[in-house]
Amino acid sequence: MAETMLNVDKINVYYGNIHAIKDISFHVDKGEIVTLIGANGAGKSTTLKTISGLLHPKTGEISFCGKNIRGMRAHKIVESGLAQVPEGRRVFLHMSVEENLEMGGFTQPAASIAPNMEKVYDLFPRLRERRRQMAGTLSGGEQQMLAMGRALMSGANMLMLDEPSMGLSPLLVQEIFQIIRDVHKQGMTILLVEQNAQMALSIADRAYVLETGRIVMEGTGKELLTNEEVSKAYLGG
Amino acid sequence: MYTVKRKTLKMQLRWSINAVLICALFLALNLLTQNVLSTYQNKVLLLVGINMILAVSLNVATGYLGQLPLGHAGFMAVGAYTCALFTKYSPLPENLNGLSFALGLFLGAVMAGVFGILIGIPALRLTGDYLAILTLGFGEIIRITLNNIDDVLGFDLFYGSRGLKNIPKYSNYWTVFLCVVITCFAIHAMMKSRHGRAVLAIRDNEIAAESCGIQTTYYKVMAFSFSAAFAGLAGGLYACYLGVLDPGSFGFMKSIEILVMVVLGGMGSMLGSILSAGVLTILPEALRSFADYRMVIYSLVLVLMMIFRPGGLLGSYDFSLSRIIEKAMNWKSTGKEGADQ
Repeated sequence: MAETMLNVDKINVYYGNIHAIKDISFHVDKGEIVTLIGANGAGKSTTLKTISGLLHPKTGEISFCGKNIRGMRAHKIVESGLAQVPEGRRVFLHMSVEENLEMGGFTQPAASIAPNMEKVYDLFPRLRERRRQMAGTLSGGEQQMLAMGRALMSGANMLMLDEPSMGLSPLLVQEIFQIIRDVHKQGMTILLVEQNAQMALSIADRAYVLETGRIVMEGTGKELLTNEEVSKAYLGG
Repeated sequence: MYTVKRKTLKMQLRWSINAVLICALFLALNLLTQNVLSTYQNKVLLLVGINMILAVSLNVATGYLGQLPLGHAGFMAVGAYTCALFTKYSPLPENLNGLSFALGLFLGAVMAGVFGILIGIPALRLTGDYLAILTLGFGEIIRITLNNIDDVLGFDLFYGSRGLKNIPKYSNYWTVFLCVVITCFAIHAMMKSRHGRAVLAIRDNEIAAESCGIQTTYYKVMAFSFSAAFAGLAGGLYACYLGVLDPGSFGFMKSIEILVMVVLGGMGSMLGSILSAGVLTILPEALRSFADYRMVIYSLVLVLMMIFRPGGLLGSYDFSLSRIIEKAMNWKSTGKEGADQ
């Protein structure tokens, strides 16, 4: 059995009085791509934010590489090797591409920044071409690449992606998912939150379906792709 | 390779160019103050210097950190009173007046910095209007405390609204000049460092900064107290310039006055803050002969500025002599460089 990298055990998250996440448990093994799918408001992004320390669960445990990270501050979690690409391509608009990537390596020793940056540029040749350009002038797809590249700069061994396909053209979505596959091939463990269930399930090893704050189904990506209920609810047919 | 080899100035050369220019400026101003300017004009010049420090320091919190604190005069008051009390009751002998002044300024800055941390920790949990209101409140608390602390605690130290008098007038042209240089240098060095970059990242996008592993609270409080400390330095200079301190002069309007300088100069531009601090200090004085109309003209200038240059005098442009020299060097040799590639 593969080694468990991230384990989420019965977390409950509230926004004030609103019970957003109800007793969610799941795990991600080393080297896997796991995806959380579900409709708007199902609690996908909330789950990710909770894992990355931007929100704190009321009850439940979260552990990463065997270490308890529940209640840890966000920057500590990044340091421990779990990087997040936040929703909506939050890049630093007033900094150049290169400066954005440097910020991604903020927790890393200075000497490792240049080689890490080369790796990111190899993965995203488009970013290399535009290294001196302000991030605010990049297209949506390029900003998504930059956000992913920046997360990779942190030397993480697991990456959480929040809706990487949001607002992108179908062609760019293909490209982004190809990059996710490439990153995965290089040994990265990935937790992917997506509305585009078709794409997400097709690259995922395993998947969980969220509905109004609960996990209602789980299985391998292939199983869920062919599952009738899932295809009715999320795949449009 | 994608990088084009660019000619750059060596660090030592940049430093020495800047050092030479600062010395030249100092000497030029020195000649000016001693031979051309009247006593009154010299007094205004000192005030210009003090306001420059205030504007440049507030620019750290507004321009670089992107917040809107309205309590800058409060920090100035903390520095002013600390420095005034230390120099007035200095334990050092008479012939070490210079040292006691330096220590007073230093203590004033440190004390204001400590207040910046104390106020920054709760205040920086908020943003925007809420932070503005909270810092405004803290600024007022400092002023009112200074007004009443003697009565409440029963000692004769701050003299409340009667004013703290007989503060030794140590501030002179060259100490103010030196402090302006130190302030600009320290803030410039901070903003160019990794810490400064983190502060800029927080301004740009706080969530993204956090997901990069930047300790947002730490850096926000750090920048805020950095800004407060230099306001304290300016306060110390102000105390030893005027010789008299009255809590009323550190009210809300003083904070606004400093903020106007920063906004008018361009948020995030150090040169802008320096220039507009100069203009806005000299303008009301220069217009004194117009008596009744001077405040009208002053406010008209502000309104027109905001209509025609809403981004401020210089926007977010920051001046760098070395960059200009480098550009000139590269411009001359572009053709040759193209052939090399």
